[in-house]
Amino acid sequence: MSDSVNAMTEHPPVSDWVHDFDHTDPRWTENPFPIWDELRAECPVVHTKRFLGCYLPTTYQAVKEIAYDTEHFSSRRVVVRDMRPEITASAPPITSDPPEHKPAKQFLLPPFTPDAMKKLEPRVRAICNELIDEFIADGKCDAAARYTRHIPVRAIAHMLGIPEQDGDLFIKWIHEILELGIKDDDALMRAVREMTGYFAAQLEQRKQQPTDDLISTLMNARDKDGQPLSDNHVLGSLRLLLIAGIDTTWSALGSSLWHLAKTPADRQRLIAEPELMPTAIEELLRAYAPVTMAREVMKETVISGCPVKPGNMVLLSFPAANRDPAVFPDADKVLIDRKENRHAAFGLGIHRCVGSNLARMEMTVAIEEWLKRIPDFRLDPAGRVSWSEGTVRGPRQLPMLFGNAG
Amino acid sequence: MSGKLRVRVDQDKCQGHARCKSLAPELFDLDDFGNAHEVGDGTVPAGLEDKAWLAHSNCPEIAIDVTEE
Repeated sequence: MSDSVNAMTEHPPVSDWVHDFDHTDPRWTENPFPIWDELRAECPVVHTKRFLGCYLPTTYQAVKEIAYDTEHFSSRRVVVRDMRPEITASAPPITSDPPEHKPAKQFLLPPFTPDAMKKLEPRVRAICNELIDEFIADGKCDAAARYTRHIPVRAIAHMLGIPEQDGDLFIKWIHEILELGIKDDDALMRAVREMTGYFAAQLEQRKQQPTDDLISTLMNARDKDGQPLSDNHVLGSLRLLLIAGIDTTWSALGSSLWHLAKTPADRQRLIAEPELMPTAIEELLRAYAPVTMAREVMKETVISGCPVKPGNMVLLSFPAANRDPAVFPDADKVLIDRKENRHAAFGLGIHRCVGSNLARMEMTVAIEEWLKRIPDFRLDPAGRVSWSEGTVRGPRQLPMLFGNAG
Repeated sequence: MSGKLRVRVDQDKCQGHARCKSLAPELFDLDDFGNAHEVGDGTVPAGLEDKAWLAHSNCPEIAIDVTEE
């Protein structure tokens, strides 16, 4: 067995962000916004030799050009890591390029429409209240550990038709894949194997005894020739739903509550004017977009005037695009009544997040229920907020005090 | 001056963000895959002009055309 600790490489600290950026540097993790502003002022596309060579588009325009260009940029690797091992476990459609992408995505779209999400909403509202019941009497909680973390896990488990209690297992795999996996190949492969084994058993169960859930929906899907999807395809899509559906919303939700905890004016306004909720959610998604995707450069091209060469990865930072003042006036301010907001939190182009309607519903419901039950809250000055490392950004510790507690 | 507005969703550009349906449900609807199309022939009833422009200016794919007739 290989030793996963030895497989990890420590990165030297960054001294020159423009020519040597590193999205795993602790300063980026803590507060990336001034770094993006500095890089954007310098160039629409910057490069680092780290991660075996990687570009970062810094403007909305450059991000959009790359997101729309599936000829020069492949989605076959969607995480920027230290290594580029052989591609073994794909997760269609997020890792698919045209022409395979569209048919793979079509299967997943109907279960995630806004109407489908309306049916799931009462269960999510109940999940939120069950969680709040567990800590409200304490007058405080770590909102990332006890609230925001569990909502998306339980919601997706409910949709898939697997026990909500298995959530802790999913949280572990996702941490190993998305955070440890950047620098530790063994941790990533182990988690993918365990996850695949788990879902393979779920498929077997359903072959014996069909159910009425999202796993069965995928198993019953037929391609244009009337053929069912291979088990491998179904397993890949299930991996995707779990990986993409959990950390992301946990992060967006955590950042939103973090903002509301430290911004009493926005909190009070949202309580007094609940009709602002839709624009507030979009603005929180813009300002604290959690997800940075990746592409691999397949052919030489030019993006926003900058030459881009094959062999490199691209860190496709939708969060940085969302902070571009050329597109968003007062881009560094959170304006919960912002009217024009073409943010790219769910991506641009064919890879638009399949779960965007789920994420919006979860955020809306989770914030509504929290504000109803805990209208007055603030960051606990005795605690520490910590942020995730890597390409999904959100608070992993979020200590809060309620009302006059503390 | 009082020309009627008409909205149209470019099917090649729409990626199903569903922002238009959320902002202007009177003017847009979604298909079974969550992709948007204009309601009827896209004519914007009086009083809903602001919503038409709002949908246009919030579509991340710039897929919504608003024209004045």
